[in-house]
Amino acid sequence: MTEPMLKITNLHAKAEDAEILRGLNLEVNAGEVHAIMGPNGSGKSTLAHILAGRDDYEVTEGSVTYKGQDLLEMEPEERAHEGVFLAFQYPVEIPGVNNIYLLKSAVNAKRKHQGLGEIDSVDFLTDVKQKMKLMGMDESFLKRSVNEGFSGGEKKRNEVFQMMVLEPGLCVMDETDSGLDIDALKIVAQGVEQMRSPDRAIVLVTHYQRLLDHIQPDRVHVLARGQVLKSGDKQLAHELEEHGYDWIRYEEAESA
Amino acid sequence: MAANVEEFVTQRYKQGFITDIETDTVPPGLNEDVIRLISHKKGEPEFMLDWRLKAYRHWLTMTEPNWAHVHYPPIDFQDISYYSAPKSREQQNAEAPQSLDEVDPKLLETYEKLGIPLHEQEKLAGVAVDAVFDSVSVTTTFKDKLAEAGVIFCSMSEALQEHPELVEQYIGSVVPYTDNFYAGLNSAVFTDGSFVYVPEGVTCPMELSTYFRINEAKTGQFERTLIIAEKGSYVSYLEGCTAPQRDENQLHAAVVELIAHEDATIKYSTVQNWYPGDEEGKGGIYNFVTKRGEARGDRSKVTWTQVETGSAITMKYPGCVLTGNDSVGEFYSVAVTSNYQQADTGTKMVHVGRNTRSTVVAKGISAMQGEQSYRGLVKILPSATGARNYTQCDSMLIGDQCGAHTFPYIEVKEPGAVVEHEASTSKVSDEQLFYCRQRGISEEDAVNLIVNGFCKDVFRELPMEFAVEAQALLGVTLEGAVG
Ligand SMILES: Nc1ncnc2c1ncn2[C@@H]1O[C@H](COP(=O)(O)OP(=O)(O)OP(=O)(O)O)[C@@H](O)[C@H]1O
Ligand SMILES: [Mg+2]
Repeated sequence: MTEPMLKITNLHAKAEDAEILRGLNLEVNAGEVHAIMGPNGSGKSTLAHILAGRDDYEVTEGSVTYKGQDLLEMEPEERAHEGVFLAFQYPVEIPGVNNIYLLKSAVNAKRKHQGLGEIDSVDFLTDVKQKMKLMGMDESFLKRSVNEGFSGGEKKRNEVFQMMVLEPGLCVMDETDSGLDIDALKIVAQGVEQMRSPDRAIVLVTHYQRLLDHIQPDRVHVLARGQVLKSGDKQLAHELEEHGYDWIRYEEAESA
Repeated sequence: MAANVEEFVTQRYKQGFITDIETDTVPPGLNEDVIRLISHKKGEPEFMLDWRLKAYRHWLTMTEPNWAHVHYPPIDFQDISYYSAPKSREQQNAEAPQSLDEVDPKLLETYEKLGIPLHEQEKLAGVAVDAVFDSVSVTTTFKDKLAEAGVIFCSMSEALQEHPELVEQYIGSVVPYTDNFYAGLNSAVFTDGSFVYVPEGVTCPMELSTYFRINEAKTGQFERTLIIAEKGSYVSYLEGCTAPQRDENQLHAAVVELIAHEDATIKYSTVQNWYPGDEEGKGGIYNFVTKRGEARGDRSKVTWTQVETGSAITMKYPGCVLTGNDSVGEFYSVAVTSNYQQADTGTKMVHVGRNTRSTVVAKGISAMQGEQSYRGLVKILPSATGARNYTQCDSMLIGDQCGAHTFPYIEVKEPGAVVEHEASTSKVSDEQLFYCRQRGISEEDAVNLIVNGFCKDVFRELPMEFAVEAQALLGVTLEGAVG
């Protein structure tokens, strides 16, 4: 069997002396979509940020490999160049910086890393416009400052739009479905489905079954107290919806 | 030997005896004879010398300002040499570095990053060159075109020879020698500068830039610039250079005066990037300039746009006096202080005429140990019925060792006037940097991107080529500010 695209082994991490991840294991193969669910404060965003290289967290034990490379050794921008993308739970506003300018800088930074020249402006614009359309975004968003004054749902769509343009190998999406209206949810789900590809892995952090009605996950994991406590197929999400997280805690206690 | 010559020359001064001495630089010190010597050397008309002397006598009664939020050792005004004749090309070449190999590699690195062409680098670094840096033809075409339009654009020395009546009429009419300590000093000892006159109804056919006359006159530390726009005319003037220039003078005290008559518009843009000193802040330029424009005629307009990234210490308040009814004054500024740079800058908007309007957008960026103050005065006189001012003053901090301060002064003597002031302070946040880096943009480029976004409202006001250079410059200035 080939190596999984993302392999997390016994990951322990803390922030300001509080241990958040406590021996987390996870494997995601290329071509698969995994959903991560779990109660508030269980460490889902922490995991997402550690994968992207945020230095607020200290990894005290364990390893993370992406395409066989030691991810934890790499700078955030190197990870991005290698194809790691994080759709943020709370995308930050950058006043005065055009959305399209940021995106083009990002595309060119990646191309430079690949030894390619800057992207042709016309090609870029054509690609960008087509993908905006898919995300149901008006072209005026290109000229607006990054996330500034965007509604909650617009910010989330913008994240998926950026993801589509950057064509990453590993997509980590942190609660991209929160704050979306019903139509936007469908659009985002379609976007994700479209991103599904044999050479791409997608990790979705979500609280709601409703996203999984539109996206068929290959695996569902429950993260609690800094560990993956239970994994299963999409049926697990339905059971969680029905019984809540206590059900897992109960099961765990039973088996202990 | 050199000491002997100096001794000899100073003795002659003591006797108040002036001749055309054979030295290039007058020994340090300031007195009436030195001023007479400067005026004489330049073959100036009588009125100019009289004015200089009056300015000097007044200056003696003034004291150096100490209210600004900057710190520097006291300046010994008797230790400065106030006149240095333009040197011949041979002399210049003998003293200058013979090739770029002899120039500070750090400086060259900066030029490289700014994308400055090689021959241009040589000029900026003061390398000895045989040919005049720019092809003669470019300059000539330029001059022909201006002459055709009737625009006068020359050095101040030339203007004093060719158009003394214009100089006499306007010099000191916006910035009198009594205005402040440094303006007084400048009035007494200024050596050269630029002169622009745009006749009635003429739109100047090109952006005027000091670039075109850099080889004609060596502009010293006490520059004097005078721009006059007659009724219904338009002119855009660019000052400065985006690359750090070699400069042996530490104190710069220039004066710039602008006069816009009825329906005339003057746009004055500056990108200032003098030597800020080394990483410890040693050896940088002190920039104490007085800049003021008068919107003298009805419906006239004066716009200042400045990007200040250089100098060790900057005290600078380009202002507008809005005398004409319905006249407009604008001030757009980006000031950056990094390492140990200090800047106390802002503007003065004085509303005199009816329905006068002024807009101030000031962006201050401090990084490392940089200290920065915005000092803005809005003054609305009783005559200025219906006057309006809008001021927006934003500071951005990079790191936690720098400082930003805002000192707004508002004097309103006309109850119907509308004065708005908005201020904000922000930081380049870790979240913003991380967001950019997650998208693949390096930390340095990310800082650059965020800071340029912050300055956008001002860069938009700069002429296109200038804006591009200003952005590159900002990047170089803030290099290493994070991480
Ligand atoms: N930088 C930090 N410093 C201190 N504590 C932190 C930090 N980041 C996260 N935590 C704490 O770690 C725990 C896990 O937070 P995290 O944001 O990963 O949870 P989450 O699973 O994403 O929750 P939610 O479902 O609410 O988004 C929380 O208790 C949080 O307060
Ligand atoms: Mg979270």
